[in-house]
Amino acid sequence: MFILDIYLIMIGLLILIVGVLIGVAYLTLLERKVLGYIQIRKGPNKVGFMGILQPFSDGIKLFTKEQTYPNFSNYICYYFSPVLSFILCLMIWMLIPYYFNLVSFNLGILFFLSCTSLGVYTVMVSGWSSNSNYALLGGLRAVAQTISYEVSLALILMSSIVMIMDFNLLMFSLYQSMIWFIFLMFPLGLCWMSSSLAETNRTPFDFAEGESELVSGFNVEYSSGGFVLIFLAEYSSILFMSLLFTLIYLGGFNLSIFFYLKLSLISFLFVWVRGTLPRYRYDKLMYLSWKSYLPVSLNFLLFFLGFKVFLI
Amino acid sequence: MILMLNIFTIIMMISNIMMFLSIIISKKTYMDREKCSPFECGFDPKSSARIPFSLHFFLITVIFLIFDVEIALIFPIIKLFKLVNFFLWTKISFFFILILLIGLYHEWNQNMLNWTN
Repeated sequence: MFILDIYLIMIGLLILIVGVLIGVAYLTLLERKVLGYIQIRKGPNKVGFMGILQPFSDGIKLFTKEQTYPNFSNYICYYFSPVLSFILCLMIWMLIPYYFNLVSFNLGILFFLSCTSLGVYTVMVSGWSSNSNYALLGGLRAVAQTISYEVSLALILMSSIVMIMDFNLLMFSLYQSMIWFIFLMFPLGLCWMSSSLAETNRTPFDFAEGESELVSGFNVEYSSGGFVLIFLAEYSSILFMSLLFTLIYLGGFNLSIFFYLKLSLISFLFVWVRGTLPRYRYDKLMYLSWKSYLPVSLNFLLFFLGFKVFLI
Repeated sequence: MILMLNIFTIIMMISNIMMFLSIIISKKTYMDREKCSPFECGFDPKSSARIPFSLHFFLITVIFLIFDVEIALIFPIIKLFKLVNFFLWTKISFFFILILLIGLYHEWNQNMLNWTN
């Protein structure tokens, strides 16, 4: 019985991984289409039927590109840090709160936080080990940015956990059956949204790969396989962040198709933000994290503790 | 635990295979000297990349360390909610977060959070 259970979970795991990868592929297609229409041009519309097969041709092209071996790089670190980031991003996806057939975490929030904080190391190591000035600068910026937004992310998360008093992600749907948390804690929801933008190095805060100043940031030296893995890891973390936003603020997981609809709308929001907003300034980014989001989230945490005490 | 180890092994195998596959099937012409040099807009890099960096990044990391430890101390409060005396729980959690908040304001007051000086 037990071994059959394991087999079933492994099959579910494989299906989940394939689903995540295909979802990431089509997220890139969505991004290119949306950016295209924002800039009044058509996106990819030739490959396959109206550009449906574009992500797969991109993937095949990337895999057949040449893998470089930079001089004086720390090759083992350089080779394995994209692999590690990809592993971490797929491990985070184990958190997806299904009622059956996958791992059900009692302490899911802690698992999420530990996986996202490990993600800093991969960016730092891949920036440092590729022995390029641009990569080093991008890696340093990414580390400082991700670290400072992680604090406010954890504290914003804390106030919604205080409302449900549990670390289980399934509990969010239980406590939001009457009212979504976005209506209870609207400012915190917005703070969470922009913190997750900064945490995944997305566009208003993409200092890790500012194209105009550092050529491509921490992944300048990466080509073919390493670049694919870094890319997949970033986009799957975007998808996971939008899943978490839907889970925490927009009603939670309740076995309906609307959950996935909300998820894709939030990931569309990520793309929309990329098409609309220009890049921020780095010191302003740091001020935003330490002088706005951190005090606001701490004060709200105090408030929601009082709110919870008042409710009981 | 065994389940998580199994899952970790499978995911590790998948990602390593992807990296290895790209090395096997990609085109290889690394006879070129320029191809292996670090990217710097068409010329050889002027300075080494292993240079000392700005101290601000380190200071931010130190502040982060303090706050992260305090977050790690806050998390058990959630689990303690069902276990300890309610009045005691309220008092402890409120004072803890108040001290954290005052610490943040103190750090702000001492200009530790300024990026440029």
